[in-house]
Amino acid sequence: MTEMMIDRITRLGGFVLASIAGIGHASMMFFTVIKRSLGIFKRFRLVTDQVFFLGNYSFVIIAVSGLFVGFVLGLQGYYTLNRYGSEQALGLLVALSLTRELGPVVTALLFAGRAGTSLTAEIGLMKAGEQLSAMEMMAVDPVARVIAPRFWAGVIAMPILAAIFSAVGIIGGYLVGVPLIGVDAGAFWSQMQGGVDVLKDVGNGVIKSMVFGVAVTFIALYQGYESKPTPEGVSLATTRTVVVSSLAVLALDFLLTAVMFST
Amino acid sequence: MPIANTDILATLENVTFSYAPQARNILEGLNMSFKRGKLTAVMGGSGCGKTTVLRLLGGQVVANTGQVTFEGENVGQLDNQGLIRIRRKMGMLFQFGALFTDMSVFENVAFPLREHTPLDEASITDLVMLKLNAVGLRNARDLMPSQISGGMARRVAFARAVALDPPLIMYDEPFAGLDPIALGVTARLIKEMNEALGSTSILVTHDVPETFEIADYVYFIANGKIAAEGTPEDLRQSEDLYVRQFIDAQPDGPVTFHYPGKSLREDFGLRGGVHD
Repeated sequence: MTEMMIDRITRLGGFVLASIAGIGHASMMFFTVIKRSLGIFKRFRLVTDQVFFLGNYSFVIIAVSGLFVGFVLGLQGYYTLNRYGSEQALGLLVALSLTRELGPVVTALLFAGRAGTSLTAEIGLMKAGEQLSAMEMMAVDPVARVIAPRFWAGVIAMPILAAIFSAVGIIGGYLVGVPLIGVDAGAFWSQMQGGVDVLKDVGNGVIKSMVFGVAVTFIALYQGYESKPTPEGVSLATTRTVVVSSLAVLALDFLLTAVMFST
Repeated sequence: MPIANTDILATLENVTFSYAPQARNILEGLNMSFKRGKLTAVMGGSGCGKTTVLRLLGGQVVANTGQVTFEGENVGQLDNQGLIRIRRKMGMLFQFGALFTDMSVFENVAFPLREHTPLDEASITDLVMLKLNAVGLRNARDLMPSQISGGMARRVAFARAVALDPPLIMYDEPFAGLDPIALGVTARLIKEMNEALGSTSILVTHDVPETFEIADYVYFIANGKIAAEGTPEDLRQSEDLYVRQFIDAQPDGPVTFHYPGKSLREDFGLRGGVHD
């Protein structure tokens, strides 16, 4: 009995230690990426190529999802607001939901599934094919040449994609609210214009999506870089990217919302 | 910088190495030296640590004990900048080419030139075309790695490895998985490159006939140590059991056919008999 207890405690201790070591390792990698990023500003082409690539990759899914989320917000918002006779505030509700929460969060989740997995698989396969090793042997640092440009591209692409998501979503909300249900167009837009604060609502949304960009892109690249260089290793890393980055986005969103919108 | 013997480009001195602290030693007290301008082959069975020798020389892994030197410098003690400096003097051909899959054949060969030289586009084009011409793939320059065969990929990787005309070229299993024609072509290229550039070549392989044809000196590794060494001629005459088994491709000998463990008698419950 006591032996079993000791065994369990040992295992729990091992798990905790391994987790802390894992976080430490990831943090060290994060600072290495930041430290070795200086060079890429001299060759910004490497970053813009990746922004183009990642943006193109995710554009369609982001735009279509934004449209449908906007549709749903228009419908649900109208049903609820109608009870209190304040359907004129539909525009405000749609815009605030999108810029503050849904835009950054849903974009980050979709980005993790679309671009994040492809980043993990790409880096994992580069590792499995000894491409990173080959680069190292050519006296080129793979962190500076491969990881850093992709990281900054993700950080830049995320707010742009979130903006597209929110803009398309507002159009979706308008299409359902105004032409379909018959909310007054003037009220829809003027309430939105009057109620949305550029710094507090849009600005905070942009900050959120930048933080998510850092988290999702780094997690995707880290998982790829640390994956076992085998087919199973790469597929496992790809799955982990989606799970870990989705959880990270939701947890970070709670923290950021608590800090940003508490007053 | 101490250069003890200008004849020798790189050495391994009493090197012991394992990939993890508890794992078995892959190399144990290994001594080797690689002469300038010569083509030295490192041979041995799969998993005997041949590739590890190349990784030690490139500083990708560090010896547990003993030292690895390149041009008189202790590779294991170099910092990042030092490693970059010595790696610029090395070219490495990986087992399956390790071409960058997102770049064309041309861009793959141009990669080291773009990273390490201030050359303009016209000069880079000229140099890349010269290297691709040497491996017979000038007209494949616009293809992507996914569009070429394994043998061709190896030749592109070859052109990339020698793009900067490095003093040391390392080949990791350059013959593995090639058809007889590609095999002959690769062997000829390795020899020609060695003679034309005057560079030192290290060839890690287990293909006996091709290697004996082109190598100046051969090391055999077994159990983490040098089992035999000498010129191909010496080794052909060797009476050493391990060398004989390897050269004559015998299934059983000092390297046993059966994975070590229980005897046949124990497993089948036999009493006596010849198949112990």
